[in-house]
Amino acid sequence: MPDGNGGERKIFRNMRTIEVSEITKNIKEMCIEANHFLSEDMEKVLDRAAEQEESPLGRQILEQLQENRKIAGEDMIPICQDTGMVVIFLEAGQEVHFVGGDLEAAVNEGVLQGYQEGFLRKSVVKDPIQRENTGDNTPAVLHCRIVPGDKVKITVAPKGFGSENMSRVFMLKPADGIEGVKNAILTAVKDAGPNACPPMVVGVGIGGTFEKCALMAKHALTRPVDRRSETPYVREMEEELLAKINASGIGPGGLGGSVTALAVNIETYPTHIAGLPVAVNICCHVNRHSTREL
Amino acid sequence: MDKYISVPLSDEDARSLRAGDYVYLTGTIYTARDAAHKRMQETLEAGGKLPVDMKNNVIYYMGPSPAREGCPIGSAGPTTASRMDKYAPGLLDLGLKGMIGKGKRSQAVKDAVVRNGAVYFAAVGGAGALLSKAIVKSEVIAYDDLGTEAIRRLEVENFPVIVVNDCQGNDLYETAIRAYNREG
Ligand code: SF4
Repeated sequence: MPDGNGGERKIFRNMRTIEVSEITKNIKEMCIEANHFLSEDMEKVLDRAAEQEESPLGRQILEQLQENRKIAGEDMIPICQDTGMVVIFLEAGQEVHFVGGDLEAAVNEGVLQGYQEGFLRKSVVKDPIQRENTGDNTPAVLHCRIVPGDKVKITVAPKGFGSENMSRVFMLKPADGIEGVKNAILTAVKDAGPNACPPMVVGVGIGGTFEKCALMAKHALTRPVDRRSETPYVREMEEELLAKINASGIGPGGLGGSVTALAVNIETYPTHIAGLPVAVNICCHVNRHSTREL
Repeated sequence: MDKYISVPLSDEDARSLRAGDYVYLTGTIYTARDAAHKRMQETLEAGGKLPVDMKNNVIYYMGPSPAREGCPIGSAGPTTASRMDKYAPGLLDLGLKGMIGKGKRSQAVKDAVVRNGAVYFAAVGGAGALLSKAIVKSEVIAYDDLGTEAIRRLEVENFPVIVVNDCQGNDLYETAIRAYNREG
């Protein structure tokens, strides 16, 4: 078939086809699911925190959060009223051919349906300055990647802004080294304090470029909180930082205590000889994400 | 200390509360967050009348998720209070007695709390499903077009809050964190 540029466009018949309506349906369901049920790893660390917290008020708050999650699941009331702006990571296998419409429109249709049918709060404004609510919580923030294979992996992560607002990007110098990175992370967490609804999960991206480190920090929040980095020095850093954050005394709700964070998840990427970018994306205890593979 | 207090908040009750008190509120409170505060400020600047008389009232910084059928309200936890810091001192000077939110307040707000014998309470952030159970009635009374940010009148029963800033200038966020700080 001519491609309009004088060459031949080949049609491969062995591609896997996926109707974009499938994407819509799954995203709708995942928006509702993520806002009412936390992942198993989050449930486990939060339950453990309620046992380990030293402050009586802190324990009381963590027990209320357990009760809150129970009510959320049983009565289908969102865990938190800030049901977030929806961040979506979509990894499409390069053997996949999407048919039946515009993929991005199908993603947003899924968000719209999920937020309407799931009684979720519409928290998105159309323009950052004029601030008129879009009324359906769209658009989502969509990050697509093409990967080998014929599968599609979708992660839906509604992000609340109490904690999003406390996130930071630091463009450090190579000479600042690992100590500079640790200080930057601790500074961001301490500044966040009670605003970010602790106990928090701290997502960190180190390296890459300005936008790459921020994207890694966001993505790091979707890693199970009970799984440490496979890179030995990163793993050590995750453990050391968690201990230091919990020594800060901020505690549950920021009202004092020994459990301020549940995990520090760090991702790294090669960077430029002149730079050391660090991004800290803070998430509250309502660290929501739902993943499916189609 | 656990206390059971009725709202609107009397001058005496507001003055009796101390940072760290665990308080159950019963009665009527109002919601307002960013957009409603901005509009109230504009109304005041234009010499207009506020949709709610501030005197002895309590404002809850909250925008709920939609209610399911048969429920008065959806998820209903606090939002970050510091975004309202710009507006709060003016409202406190008009008689506002209490604010419910989460997170630290500016010095100007803390000063206005002391000056007016008022109080800032924290509700547990991210416990919106649980907190919704203490709300028995909800009605939009102004700024309907703002959706979740409209002003609502809420009837609450034993709504659980913790005193953070009191009329003596105490700040629980500072003292409690110091008590558990192990940085040495
Ligand atoms: S920071 Fe998280 S828990 Fe707190 S209000 Fe926002 S979404 Fe809810």
